[in-house]
Amino acid sequence: MAIRLWVLGVVAVIVQLAAVSQITLLGVTADLTPLVVMSVGLLAGSIPGACMGFGMGLFVDMALVQDLGVNSLIGVGVGYGAGRLRELRDPAHTLIPIAVGAAATAVWTIGFSLMQFLLGVDAPVSFLLAREIVATVIVNAVLALPVYALVRRVVLPYLPEDPRRRRRRAYTTGGLSPISRA
Amino acid sequence: MYDHNVRRRRAVLGGLVALSLVFLTAYFGESANGPLRSVQRGFLEVFAPIQEGASRALKPFSDLTGWVGDTVNAKGERDKLVKERDQLRAQATKADFLTRQNRELQSLLNLDSGAGLKPSKPVTARVIARSPTVWYATITVDKGSSSGVKVDQPVVGPGGLAGTVSEVAGGASKITLITDSTSGVSAKVALTGVTGLVKTAVGEPDNLVMDFVSKTDKVKPGQRVVTAGSRSSRLESLFPAGIPIGVVRKVDPGELDVSQRVHIRPYADVRKLDFVQILTKPNTAPELTAQAP
Repeated sequence: MAIRLWVLGVVAVIVQLAAVSQITLLGVTADLTPLVVMSVGLLAGSIPGACMGFGMGLFVDMALVQDLGVNSLIGVGVGYGAGRLRELRDPAHTLIPIAVGAAATAVWTIGFSLMQFLLGVDAPVSFLLAREIVATVIVNAVLALPVYALVRRVVLPYLPEDPRRRRRRAYTTGGLSPISRA
Repeated sequence: MYDHNVRRRRAVLGGLVALSLVFLTAYFGESANGPLRSVQRGFLEVFAPIQEGASRALKPFSDLTGWVGDTVNAKGERDKLVKERDQLRAQATKADFLTRQNRELQSLLNLDSGAGLKPSKPVTARVIARSPTVWYATITVDKGSSSGVKVDQPVVGPGGLAGTVSEVAGGASKITLITDSTSGVSAKVALTGVTGLVKTAVGEPDNLVMDFVSKTDKVKPGQRVVTAGSRSSRLESLFPAGIPIGVVRKVDPGELDVSQRVHIRPYADVRKLDFVQILTKPNTAPELTAQAP
């Protein structure tokens, strides 16, 4: 699975930098990185999520020749958080990726702005910045579901245990089935 | 087992965060030629061709999406511009209207002082309706008997004579314009005193005709025509003398060869009247001095 995740991360960053970042929606560009990290966290758990966040963040910092460590630090937080959500709540609702994707994007963009601010980079703390963050969150929320589905398709065969499969299995093999209880 | 998992999870999290902070600190601490920056530059060297290839490969996709986005943006832009255009058009229309109104009122004012209409107690009235036919024969104004308006009082527009009052109500009056086929105004050429009867060339509001002008009278294009007026107790003219009517455009031989037809271009453009003045005391004024606009 590690190789799959590595390839997924590389491809996602390349697609992000080569194509997605050139497309403007609502005056901003979509950011696939938090969505992919969030999806991996939701599907695979906190450790793969954190690793994916770190790796993709580092990759982005490398590719864009940015301050090394900023995106990876935020990515670790986002991936770990999404993974913990899966481990603690086991969310199964279809629309969960939208909410988590929006939250992940918000954490990523706000966290990046805060980091830049703390590092002394001239970050324009203005209405324009706030508007861009909100617009990015909205655009990413729209994209969250298809990105999650894509990542799920890539990662699912290698996951040791999937919440939905587990639930389905429980109903069909006795155990937790209400019919068997009766 | 649970403790092991928790410890492992926390260790991984702590390790990754620590690694990130190390990168961050080291990156900020090193010089421009430091090892991390060198690695970054090397990575860029390797990654750049891949990125270029990916960019080329994905260009049709990004172009397509960009085209969709541009189309949506263009549509929004178009709607915005259409709205803006409508607003400007409304403003321009209003400005045109006000300009014309201003010009007409200015003309009326000039006519008052220039042609000496003040003794005739002019009442300024706004045109509230006009004949929808092509003949431009009548208009309705917003002043009536309550303002002292009576039937047959002369009406002047910007520039010159416009018609006479033909119907009066309390707050409105109907004006029969000089271009109506029933209108007839005794007129004279201001310079030579040659008299005649000015009537309309039906359906041609820009063309009045002065009939009954003797062939021996010298009338030339460009000469000004004014109302003749009449103080005769037997047949008093409706119009005070000296109100400008128009300017001679051309002179034709008459049908009976004993008279000539003088074509006059009226000063008052009866198709574009917005304001007129009704002379409520037309015969109290001394003979007016014709001053063409």
